Amino acid sequence: MRSERAPLWLKVLAGGGLLFLHGPILIVFLYAFSTESKSFVWPPPGLTLHWFARAWARPDIWEALGLSLRVALMATAVALVLGTLCAAAVARTRFFGREAVSLLVVLPIALPGIITGIALRSAFSLGDIPYSFWTIVLGHATFCIVVVYNNAVARFRRVSGNLIEASMDLGATYWQTLRFVILPNIATALLAGGMLAFALSFDEVIVTTFTAGQQATLPIWMLEELVRPRERPVTNVVALVVVLVTLLPILGAYRLTRGTDTVAGSGK
Amino acid sequence: MTAVAEGAPVREAGGGLSDTLWRRPRLLLLLLLAPPLLWLGIIYLGSLFALLAQSFFSIDEFSGVIDRTPTLKTYGELLRPANLDIIWRTLAMSAAVTVASVGVAFPIAYYAARYARGRWKALFYLGVMLPLWSSYLVKVYAWKLILAKEGILGWAFEGVGLGWLLDAFLSVPGIGGNSLSVSPTGTFIVFVYVWLPYMILPIQAALERVPGSLVEASGDLGASPAQTFRHVLWPLALPGVVAGSIFTFSLTLGDYIIPQIVGTSARFIGLAVYQYQGTAGNVPLAAAFAVVPIVVMGIYLWIAKRMGAFDAL
Repeated sequence: MRSERAPLWLKVLAGGGLLFLHGPILIVFLYAFSTESKSFVWPPPGLTLHWFARAWARPDIWEALGLSLRVALMATAVALVLGTLCAAAVARTRFFGREAVSLLVVLPIALPGIITGIALRSAFSLGDIPYSFWTIVLGHATFCIVVVYNNAVARFRRVSGNLIEASMDLGATYWQTLRFVILPNIATALLAGGMLAFALSFDEVIVTTFTAGQQATLPIWMLEELVRPRERPVTNVVALVVVLVTLLPILGAYRLTRGTDTVAGSGK
Repeated sequence: MTAVAEGAPVREAGGGLSDTLWRRPRLLLLLLLAPPLLWLGIIYLGSLFALLAQSFFSIDEFSGVIDRTPTLKTYGELLRPANLDIIWRTLAMSAAVTVASVGVAFPIAYYAARYARGRWKALFYLGVMLPLWSSYLVKVYAWKLILAKEGILGWAFEGVGLGWLLDAFLSVPGIGGNSLSVSPTGTFIVFVYVWLPYMILPIQAALERVPGSLVEASGDLGASPAQTFRHVLWPLALPGVVAGSIFTFSLTLGDYIIPQIVGTSARFIGLAVYQYQGTAGNVPLAAAFAVVPIVVMGIYLWIAKRMGAFDAL
């Protein structure tokens, strides 16, 4: 007979593990409402919404948020195009060097972020390229390609090649086939991949410190606050906002691909 | 193929191009692959080579001017005791973090793979995925709040009357410090916390493929739970464990933010790279340091591939 009940100790360990994963994030949320402004004292002596107003009135936060959003959007757009092209090639055909191509796509996140970061920085300095919005996008798009690629390649494998052949046999051009047959079939996978790429870029800090120069994205703003704190409670509020902004696209991607054999977000 | 196409209705402009592509799939493949390969090849691989090139440059210690004649002098500097120290400390931390992650991740992954069904399964999945994707900096920051002297952990220890135990632990040289947030233990806890989801997911993926009947058969044949674990579960989960360890090991090797925010001033490879290229302006040494994780991960990946870890990703 199959025992469907988990032993108690396993339940405790698994539940404790989940608690360990979520507790700290919830604690940050609570700190955002704390009246204490000088130390990290626990429990919070009182609760207030004051720091949200303070954060709202800070132009440097808005600027950083704006830059982060623009970078994330642009990096996602580039990653969507490049990741999908690559997935289409790898999923549909066998060719010499196919393994090498998939390795190349994964490499930017398989190697530590600091390698990508310092590599880009040395390339910029050797090529005398000044830091700008585009140097940040360049780095972000490079490691975002893989999340789009992973989602798209899984979907491409499930779209039957017969559909495409049938479409072409019936006289459609490649463009028409793409527009009316391929895209509708892979749309949700692309949307999910794009959302994950957006979240990845929006939150990235390690590569960004090397490619941003004097510009501050929101994670860089936070990092500076962590190293040299100016107004701690405002940092708590920003932390709360950052978590929420990243979680929405993740939940969206999960809903879009739920129930398929490859659920988005199982790798980063 | 062409015979069918001839009988087709009027085609819109571009049909000629489509025919060409259909007849020559290699051309289509080339068109698909060219943009991503050019991007990754030029920007990413190009940068990696730029980095590699820099590691063969050297710096004049007095003027700070970078000499661009190829030399192995900078790699030689890695062998200085202070720098070897950094490398060993980082490797030891990466290994410790990896082992601890396996220990914490295994029960979660096992429960999720074997017992969780329906809504619980989805809950466990989201429960691991959301922290994985939550902001890295916020997670690190959360632990600064928790581990601070006046933070929740110290408060909890005091609350149950075990404050003396924490103090005793913190006074142990090598792992303790003024408070947990400036001790090597703190750094270790944060590393384990931040990379844990990377370990849970591949182990779970490996365990999902183990049929429950296998575990039962082992029990029916008289194996104790410990024996079943040792001889059935562990070998089958191993590819997943190795896959997860690639992440925990590699991410710890290259991280420079966690030891900066939670921990002592003792340096890790990532921090050394960051400081040498930044304030110190010694880009060649930073580049040489950056090659260390690449080499270590290269060896690691090679071993992992031989153990079949990539099938579990």
